[in-house]
Amino acid sequence: MTEEQIVSDLAVILNEVAGVDQSKVSMDKSFLDDLEVDSLSMVEVVMAAEDKFGVKIPDEEVKNLKTVGDAVTFIKKSSN
Amino acid sequence: MPIESSLNLGAKVTGIGTYRPKLIVKNNDIAAKINSSDEWIRERSGILERRYANANETVVSMAVQACNEAIKNSGITPSEIDLVILATATNPAQLPNLAMEIAHEIKAFNAGAFDIGAACSGFTYAISMANSSVVSGDSKNVIVVGSERMTDFVSEFDRGTAFLFADGAGAFVISQSKEFQISNSVWGADGSLKDWICMTKNWPEFYDNPNDGFPALKMEGQKVFRWAITEMVGIAQKILDEAGVSVEELGAFVPHQANMRITDHIAKSLKLPAHVAIARDGTTMGNTTAATIPLALDTLKKNGEVKSGELALLLGFGAGLAYCGQVIVVP
Repeated sequence: MTEEQIVSDLAVILNEVAGVDQSKVSMDKSFLDDLEVDSLSMVEVVMAAEDKFGVKIPDEEVKNLKTVGDAVTFIKKSSN
Repeated sequence: MPIESSLNLGAKVTGIGTYRPKLIVKNNDIAAKINSSDEWIRERSGILERRYANANETVVSMAVQACNEAIKNSGITPSEIDLVILATATNPAQLPNLAMEIAHEIKAFNAGAFDIGAACSGFTYAISMANSSVVSGDSKNVIVVGSERMTDFVSEFDRGTAFLFADGAGAFVISQSKEFQISNSVWGADGSLKDWICMTKNWPEFYDNPNDGFPALKMEGQKVFRWAITEMVGIAQKILDEAGVSVEELGAFVPHQANMRITDHIAKSLKLPAHVAIARDGTTMGNTTAATIPLALDTLKKNGEVKSGELALLLGFGAGLAYCGQVIVVP
């Protein structure tokens, strides 16, 4: 899966879960500060991402995923 | 000689009563102490306001008011009550339990009485016990009441809990019936997750270090949220399956009012049809632990969102962790 594809799929999830404008989703954006995704929405985003990408994102790891880029990197690494 | 049995056929809810403390507390009244805002609290939980009990609104007095209203609505007399069950997490003393005092105050002088402790699942566990008591023939009428003063045990400075928890009481009268109007319950527990909703210390620990702060509730919010939105969907479906009821046949979904976002997620995952009323009493009452379910059903009824005779799916879940739910016919 390419980075662009993961970002695009994450954008769909962020839109469905937290009403985020898909066009705003890029690697450098912070979930909380830029996209206003709070910690409860992050739980739902993580669950949807696990389903979509077939990966497991443990609770201890979620707090390290501060930006879209962090999440994309983790998903890419876990998918290989 | 065979043992004599007076097995009754079924049980039904015959009356609902509630008590809501007088003091309304808005988000802005509490936001400063937790370095938060009205907007943040609304987005995080859906809560706009809640009620705090004053010194005269005790767990017992609130329960008594709720019970008296439920008794009046049920049409029975207090002397016909065989059992009083109080579900609470906030008895301020180790002993005595409070159901006995409640039974006395409501003049249920023929009743047995006990408290049960299952926190946010307490009321639905109590319904199950009441149902069993009636169907077995032990009781003709049982009153189950959830009553809480969460504000006695929640720190106003805890950012994770201060805006959620509140005070209030709700009661059902459950009576013998020809039909089964309370389904079998589905329940469960996971004690490995006991630390997700617990106290900062217990009483002996407080005694050893009394200057280190009063025991207060603490919660792993995100972990509990994830558990609720994953596990409780399957449980809700299991309750419906056991009751032989489809989502189309429901009149109302009444989950424990922990957080509107949990309610929304479970309702969406169950694919509840548009006609099913979803209880949102928590938006103006907060999380009153064992009292949320009777308070929420009462509000749906009073608003005309659910009618007498319709089916309601009740689901309590929370500290323990534990859960219990059933389908009832709305009185």
